[in-house]
Amino acid sequence: MKVEQISVFLENKSGRLAEVTGILARAGVNIRTLSLADTADFGILRLIVDRTDQANKVLKETGFTVAKTEVIALEVPDVPGGLARILSVLDAAGVNVEYMYAFARQSADKAIVIFRFDELDRAIQVLLDAGVRVLKGEEVYAL
Amino acid sequence: MIWNEEYETLPREALEALQLKRLRGLVDRVHGTVPFYRNKLEGAGYRAGDIASLEDLSRLPFTTKADLRDTYPFGLFAVPMERVVRIHASSGTTGKPVVVGYTRRDIDTWAELMARTLSCGGTNRGDVVHNAYGYGLFTGGLGAHYGAEKIGAAVIPMSGGNSKRQIMLMQDFGSTILLSTPSYALNLAEVMVEEGVDPGSMKIRCGLFGAEPWSEAMRREIEKKLRIDALDIYGLSEVIGPGVSSECLEEKHGLHVFEDHFLPEIIDPVTGKTLPHGQAGELVFTTLTKEAFPVIRYRTRDISRLITKPCTCGRTHLRMERISGRTDDMLIIRGVNVFPSQIESVLIAVEGVEPHYQLVVTREESLDVLEVQVEVNERIFTDEVKGLEGVARRVEHDIKDLLGVTCKVKLVEPKTIQRSEGKAKRVIDMRKI
Repeated sequence: MKVEQISVFLENKSGRLAEVTGILARAGVNIRTLSLADTADFGILRLIVDRTDQANKVLKETGFTVAKTEVIALEVPDVPGGLARILSVLDAAGVNVEYMYAFARQSADKAIVIFRFDELDRAIQVLLDAGVRVLKGEEVYAL
Repeated sequence: MIWNEEYETLPREALEALQLKRLRGLVDRVHGTVPFYRNKLEGAGYRAGDIASLEDLSRLPFTTKADLRDTYPFGLFAVPMERVVRIHASSGTTGKPVVVGYTRRDIDTWAELMARTLSCGGTNRGDVVHNAYGYGLFTGGLGAHYGAEKIGAAVIPMSGGNSKRQIMLMQDFGSTILLSTPSYALNLAEVMVEEGVDPGSMKIRCGLFGAEPWSEAMRREIEKKLRIDALDIYGLSEVIGPGVSSECLEEKHGLHVFEDHFLPEIIDPVTGKTLPHGQAGELVFTTLTKEAFPVIRYRTRDISRLITKPCTCGRTHLRMERISGRTDDMLIIRGVNVFPSQIESVLIAVEGVEPHYQLVVTREESLDVLEVQVEVNERIFTDEVKGLEGVARRVEHDIKDLLGVTCKVKLVEPKTIQRSEGKAKRVIDMRKI
């Protein structure tokens, strides 16, 4: 049910994002989706890729600080209120969302959203109980 | 183990009375015999009999390394050459060396002080002392040598170099005490491993390491690799050589200054004001008993703190904290003295933060701005902004707390702070003053 995400520390200066994506390209790693959290000084690039271990390895070798985090991917109905319903379920259960970002994939009627929770296992249970589809890691990497 | 129970455990009151008596004698003596000191003392308004208490020391002028160079070679000697039995000189890398002399009694005093130092590490009759400090003009080798002989230990006058041979003799002679610089001790440990010698099979149980600044982390490394106790010892040829202060095995924290022979002070390196015990600043020494080359308030440029807390070893002599840096590296930020080593100690104390840092000082609208750049490693990195900002705020808070300066911590990518051979460039001062 969990998806592995890698995070990379970046200084807030030009060319850093190009450097990371270039390294992944040369290693033949395909980025499934990404998000960038940034402050005035630094950014944290969060990536979901097809080959997490390979990406982790090549980035470390080139001197980046990398961390692996577990997130989950949810299928969200692509209709008004689709996301709102899921969030209200989580809110009612008192599960806190650390951050979330949408998956970069076109689909007819379903969107995929990546979530990071403080209590991952409990969040999964709450969502499954509410009938939300939680994607498996392999499904996400292969999307 | 205490070499001179009587003097090393003298109650503070008696010790201070002895110091005052000796200080008076010293000032009178140099005033009478050394023109340099006479001029300096009189220039500062000193008159015979002015020393009424130890506090009066702070009214006397300092002696600096430049003064020693200006009076090269023998201008500060306080006895005629007929009474000098030894001359040493510093390994000055630029220009003329600093030259110091010893009378026969000075050599005896020095042997006594090194006997105390070696006893701090448990050295006794029957011990085999492997002395890898350099013999020659440098004070390390011969200074330690005489102390070991005074104790009655068997001293091996190795000097430095040829590590393989050193290790062979340490094994064959069953050396029990090692004297060297801390970096040479680590080098010996590495060569042992290369040569297939198990450091645990050696009889060495304690090492007394000095002549260069080192850290607690380095102590742990030496102790682990050589499986010995490692003590920090301190001295400088301008004061006597090794034997000014030494850690004890009991606490391994702070070096006992042999106060019946040397008066330590901590001063603000900018204003020259004497600082209260416990505050960090420049270490200053006055020699109380030296005959040939006494010094009054010699500025060492070493940064330390004086610890007055009584020590469990029983010695009443106060302790100086391990040297944390040199005044030459000091920065003044909004009027506050900041030593890079102090910033380093804050960083080391924050879990997971590496001591790779750089200080960038700029001036914005006539105000100094200090930026501390810290490399982000995997131990502090999290995928959430608040986690990293928490680390940055904590370092800022701790620096403010300890040093009283506001700074901004900037997190940077690993390996972006330049590393040169062992000595990183720590400070970039961009202020145009």
